[in-house]
Amino acid sequence: MSSQSVLFDAPGPRTVARHRVYSVVTVVALVALLGLVVWRLAVTGQLEYRLWEPFVTPRYIEALLVDGVLTTLSMAGAAVLGAVVFGLVFGLGKISHRRWISGPSFVVVEFFRAVPVLLLMIAVFFSWGITRGDSGAYWSVVVALTAYNGAVLAEVFRAGIAAVPKGQGEAAFAVGMSRTQVTWIILLPQAVKIMLPALISQCVVAVKDTSLGYAVAAPGLTTIGRGIYQGFQNQVPTVIVLAGLYILINLALTVLATWVQRKFVGENNPIALQTVDSGRAV
Amino acid sequence: MAVNAVLENSDLVLVAFGYTLLLFVLAGIGSLLLGSLLAALRVGPVSIMRRSVSVYVTLIRNTPLLVILIFFRIAGPKVGLRFDFVDVTIGEINLNAVFTACLVGLTVYTSAFVCEALRSGINAVPVGQAEAARAIGLTFGGAMGQVILPQAFRASLPPLTSVQIALLKNTTVAGAVGVFEAFARMRSLTNDYTTQTYGIFLAFAVIFVVLVEIVSFLSLRLERRWKVAR
Repeated sequence: MSSQSVLFDAPGPRTVARHRVYSVVTVVALVALLGLVVWRLAVTGQLEYRLWEPFVTPRYIEALLVDGVLTTLSMAGAAVLGAVVFGLVFGLGKISHRRWISGPSFVVVEFFRAVPVLLLMIAVFFSWGITRGDSGAYWSVVVALTAYNGAVLAEVFRAGIAAVPKGQGEAAFAVGMSRTQVTWIILLPQAVKIMLPALISQCVVAVKDTSLGYAVAAPGLTTIGRGIYQGFQNQVPTVIVLAGLYILINLALTVLATWVQRKFVGENNPIALQTVDSGRAV
Repeated sequence: MAVNAVLENSDLVLVAFGYTLLLFVLAGIGSLLLGSLLAALRVGPVSIMRRSVSVYVTLIRNTPLLVILIFFRIAGPKVGLRFDFVDVTIGEINLNAVFTACLVGLTVYTSAFVCEALRSGINAVPVGQAEAARAIGLTFGGAMGQVILPQAFRASLPPLTSVQIALLKNTTVAGAVGVFEAFARMRSLTNDYTTQTYGIFLAFAVIFVVLVEIVSFLSLRLERRWKVAR
C-alpha cells in the first residue's frame, strides 16, 4: 500500500519498533507454518518421487492439460456463451414494460439464482444425460451452469442498462426512436462496455463450477485428478497440482478483466461496485 | 403425484436438510469470525500481515470449493490432518470426521469472501469516522473494534448476505464428498425413483428457494433496523 491509510496514523518511533516486532513474529509464524507443512509432507512420505512421478510423465501431463484443462475451458466457455444469451433474454425480459414478459422473467431469474447448481446438474443428468455417456455428462454440466450463470448475468445486464446515463435514453426517445430501438441501438452497446469486466469475472465462477461435474462423472480437470489419485494413491500431490492449475487459469482471467476494465471502462465501474464477488460456487 | 418419493421419505429428507442447515449455520458463524479477523489484518498497519492475508484470499478465491473439500476430506488424512476426534450424534444426525472436514473446508472457503465483503464495507465507512477515532486517541485495534468494524458490518450487510446465501447453496458440495445432506439425498432419491426426477428436483429446489428467501428476509429486516439507528 503506497498511500497512507486513514485507518491509522503515520507511526512514531515506538510504533515503528512495535510494528517491526509484529512483522518479525508474523514472518517467524509463517516460516514455522511452512516448515510444519513440509515436515508433515516429508514424515508421511508425500515428497517421495513415486507420488509426484505422474506429473512429470508426458502421458499424464497430456491427460491433465488436454482432457483436463481444455475440457474444463470448453465447458466453461460453452456455459458462458449460453449464459450470455440466457441473461440477455431474461435480463431484458425483466425490464420489459409488458407484465406478461417481465413477470415470468423475474420468476425464472430468481429461481435459478436460488437453486444450487448441483441439484440442477443432477436433475438434468438423471432425466436426460445418463443414457448418453460422456457427452451426456458434459452437456448436463453445461446446461446447469448456463442456467445459473445466465440468471446472474441477467442481473448484470439489468444493472448495466441502468448504469447508462439517463440522458442517453431520453435523447433517443426525443429524436423519435421506439422503445426497442432505444434498448438495442443506444442502451445495450454502451451497457456491454460497462459490463465486460463483470462478464469476464463471471467466467472465473464458471471455470470453478465446472469442477462440480465430478458429481456426475463429467470430464474435466477435477475428474482427471480423481482418476490419477485413485490410481497412484497420491491424493496430496494431486490436490496441490489441481489447485495450482485452477488458480493459474483464474488469475489469467482476472488479469484480463482488470486490463479490459482499464482499457474500456475506467476506474469507476458502477457494476463492479455493485456486484461484490460472493463466491457463489454453486 | 410426482413428488410421492419426497413425501414417502419425508423423514430422510428432513434429516438431510438438518445436515444442510447445520453446515450452513456452523460454517456461517465460523466464516464470519475468521473473515473479520482476516479483514482487520488485511487493512492493518503491518505490511507483511496485509500481504499474507491478500495471498491467502487470492489463492482460496481462485480454487474451486470442491478441490478444497477434497483436500480436507481425502488428502488431509494422508498427512495427519484428521478430524476423527469428532463424533457427536444429535437425534438422527451424526457429526463425524467427514462432516467436520467439510465444515472446516466450507469455513475456510467462505471466510475469504467474507474478508473481501468486509473490506469493501470498511472502504464505505466515512473517512471522518476514522479520523475522529484517531483524534480521540484510539489505537488501531480500538478504532477498528469500536468505530470502524461495527459500521463496516452495517455497510457490508448486502454483500455479506450474498456470501452467506452462497454458503447455503455451497453446502451441497459437501454432498458430493460424502455428507448425506440435501444434495446427496436428492441424488439417491432420483436414483431410486427414476420416473419422478422432475418432481423430486422441484421439491428440493423449492425448499432451497424458501431457505434463501428466509435468509434474505432476515437480512433485509436487520438492514432496515440498522438504517434507523444510523
